[in-house]
Amino acid sequence: MEVPRYWRNRNQRYALVGEVCPHCEVKIFPPRDVCPACGQDAKTKFSFSGRGEVYSYTTISDAPAGYEENAPYTVALVKLEEGPVVTAQLTDLGQEPVSIGMPVEMVTRRIRQDGGKEGILVYGYKFRPVMAVAR
Amino acid sequence: MLEDVVIAGIGQIQVGEHWETSLRSHAARAILAARSEVPSLQPDMLVIGNMLGSTISHQANLGALVADWANLSGVDAPTVEASGASGGAALRLGVMAVSSRQADVVVVLGVEKITDSVQTGQDRALTQMMDTDYEAMPGLTPSGQAGLVMNRYMAQYQVPAGAFAGFAVNAHANGAHNPNAMFRKPITRQRYDEAEVVAPPVNQMDVAPAADGAAAVILTRREWLPADYAMPVVRVAASNLVTDSLALHDRSDPMLFQAARLSSERAFRQAGISPAEVDLFELDDAYSIYAALQLEAAGFAAAGQGWLLAQDGSIIPRGRVPICTLGGSKARGNPIGAVGVYQAVEAVLQLRGKAGGSQVPEARVAMLQNWGGPASTVATHILMRE
Amino acid sequence: MEDKPQSLVLKPKLPVGIIGYGAYIPRYRLPNTEVSRIWVGGARPGPVKEKSVPGLDEDVVTMSIEAARNALARAGICADELRAVWVGSESHPYSVKPTSTLVAEAIGAVPHIQAGDWEFACKAGTEAMVAAIAMIGAGMGRYALAIGMDTAQGRPGDDLEYTAAAGGAAYILGPAAEALAEIEGSYSFVTDTPDFWRRADERYPSHAQRFTGDPAYFEHVTSAAKTLMSGLGSQPADYRYCVFHQPNAKFPQRAAQLLGFTNEQNKTGLLSPEIGNTYAGAAIVGLSAILDEAKPGDRILVTSYGSGAGSDAFSLRVTDKITGRQEKATRTREYIARRTEIDYGTYIRYRRLFAE
Repeated sequence: MEVPRYWRNRNQRYALVGEVCPHCEVKIFPPRDVCPACGQDAKTKFSFSGRGEVYSYTTISDAPAGYEENAPYTVALVKLEEGPVVTAQLTDLGQEPVSIGMPVEMVTRRIRQDGGKEGILVYGYKFRPVMAVAR
Repeated sequence: MLEDVVIAGIGQIQVGEHWETSLRSHAARAILAARSEVPSLQPDMLVIGNMLGSTISHQANLGALVADWANLSGVDAPTVEASGASGGAALRLGVMAVSSRQADVVVVLGVEKITDSVQTGQDRALTQMMDTDYEAMPGLTPSGQAGLVMNRYMAQYQVPAGAFAGFAVNAHANGAHNPNAMFRKPITRQRYDEAEVVAPPVNQMDVAPAADGAAAVILTRREWLPADYAMPVVRVAASNLVTDSLALHDRSDPMLFQAARLSSERAFRQAGISPAEVDLFELDDAYSIYAALQLEAAGFAAAGQGWLLAQDGSIIPRGRVPICTLGGSKARGNPIGAVGVYQAVEAVLQLRGKAGGSQVPEARVAMLQNWGGPASTVATHILMRE
Repeated sequence: MEDKPQSLVLKPKLPVGIIGYGAYIPRYRLPNTEVSRIWVGGARPGPVKEKSVPGLDEDVVTMSIEAARNALARAGICADELRAVWVGSESHPYSVKPTSTLVAEAIGAVPHIQAGDWEFACKAGTEAMVAAIAMIGAGMGRYALAIGMDTAQGRPGDDLEYTAAAGGAAYILGPAAEALAEIEGSYSFVTDTPDFWRRADERYPSHAQRFTGDPAYFEHVTSAAKTLMSGLGSQPADYRYCVFHQPNAKFPQRAAQLLGFTNEQNKTGLLSPEIGNTYAGAAIVGLSAILDEAKPGDRILVTSYGSGAGSDAFSLRVTDKITGRQEKATRTREYIARRTEIDYGTYIRYRRLFAE
């Protein structure tokens, strides 16, 4: 069980907390030590809105160990409205067909369990089709 | 700088599911085969390309192990890991050692042993080639990654379904002539169309099956070749390795495959040739979409048009850009971290005119490109027959 | 202690109200006809139309996080202003390890908080609300979050399988001056009445069949509601809405009737016919549907019920601050309308009910 590893990333994984570069303002996810745009140090936290659109997607039927329970599941590259792209599962698709460009929003879901029935539950970001909500 | 580096000997074992034999045994056999071509050359260095020894076989420190089992104890023996590009990276390191005169005779070994474990363990191990925290964690697999790329590619360039069939058909047609291939039967277009979907739009015939394999080449400088060396001399004319962001999502444009572009351009510059002078291109067809992307990155097709070369006969041995001439990873089998060295062995066979039924006529210049992930690490080499 | 109703009503020193609220109901629905088809050849219509079922990646943690985010959006406060995150449920994913710390971390409420998981069958969420009212009312903090959420268990083939559903709601309690609904008072009625239970380490609950009715549900619900109204000097007619714990469609309707409420008052919060019994979420997800429609000045009587047994009753008065907050998050009815019907086989898979 990789408990420290999950724990270390809990903010980013539960809530899409990344960074904004204090030097060039670029929004960064996942958080890094060095800004990928300007190369200077990046450490200011930034909470992403969780809104984005599908850049590409596919379905995994042969899931690796720890993920079999949810298979088949859809994995997408999601382009966040602030710029970065993240790899994440799509969930709660119902009968709606997925398409490139489809608007999606972040939800926090159970990702996997590590260590079987006695092990730890890992939670993290997934995306679902946007629900009709005025904001 | 590379003027002097030649591939003096080659060796390989058949790729496949070798339940009865171990990593050390495969490695020793491939090295023995390569050394038997030039028995007078005593290696002073062994470079090993391998990805999964630590995870699947729970075996690290491969240098000491393999050197011992190949009766080479005492040599300098590092192991290079760059996922699917481990073999190409090992070749690159071997070339650097010989051309810089840090070593005189180098054995470059690519070895992968995946059948020490069963399916789920293999799949889990292979996911390590992606970004574990941010790609594997959401449940992505290497095949899924290819699915993401292929889906976007087909949408972006309006590519019709079935457009990639030609890659599998060509690979299997060529593999039928390779005694060391895992699959040695041609397949039909229908077989492709009926293949089970793996990670849509990627189907089983778009995926090169992971398998055991070991291949070795002996590098040296020309002055070390024995006086009675009777085979055509194959020179390393270009060698480089380029990296991109490990995760697809970390690239400013996930469809750019910048490392493949840069590595190809750098190779042509190093060899002083243009793409038109390449007689065969041993590219890395771990997935058919990656084959199309490599044709584009190397300049043989415009962006979005690589798949067309699989439709018009350009990629067959007598075509304009022959690829996967001895089956590629699709038909020869995909011994992950050994692929780059198999490519070198197969290219040398072509350049020596010993490629049998899938011989490229008058092959003189061979280009090899080896990918770790979706061009996260790219090693490119150009070999020339003197 | 004297039994005068006025002195029994719980009223905090400082006036307290609901600052924000948010619901969550998963999208999958199992029709009662499917359960009936499998177990009695379709011979029973079942006590509700259908029930909500969580997806494979959902549990009380994930559902609480979404409801809490909805509540925060309506409250318009930052999560780090909360001083408590409490989650009431009988389906916490861990037996030992709090749901509340996960929820608090995900919404950004850590570390200066009280956190804990509450258990009192179906009233664990309202018990947490009473505690939150007390905490704010005592001036120990400005805002506290109380959640009632469940992914209820029902043994395959048991009566409970028709109704045991998933859903719930989150409430942020704070100063009445900022509230969209002021708490006029609350009252809890508790006895030791074993009508329904689940022993430690057992997977499914057991129940005492018809004993769950009169001596349990109705006795506690009506006693709590009556005592509260009597203590506040209010009548059923003073309320625009009422909502009760809803283990099925019948019980809450009969409770309303016994207390003198009309169907009109009871219908907005009566969700069990469409989503089933969401246990710790049931009364308060009904309340969320009411708040979605309520207007300033409306009064609401809320009465939960938890087996074992007890009821918490609350009297609320909606303020003009409700205006503009309702649309700040997904409404309860929108979650109900987001509906994908599943068959019994899919249900067994989603709920991981394979025999072991």
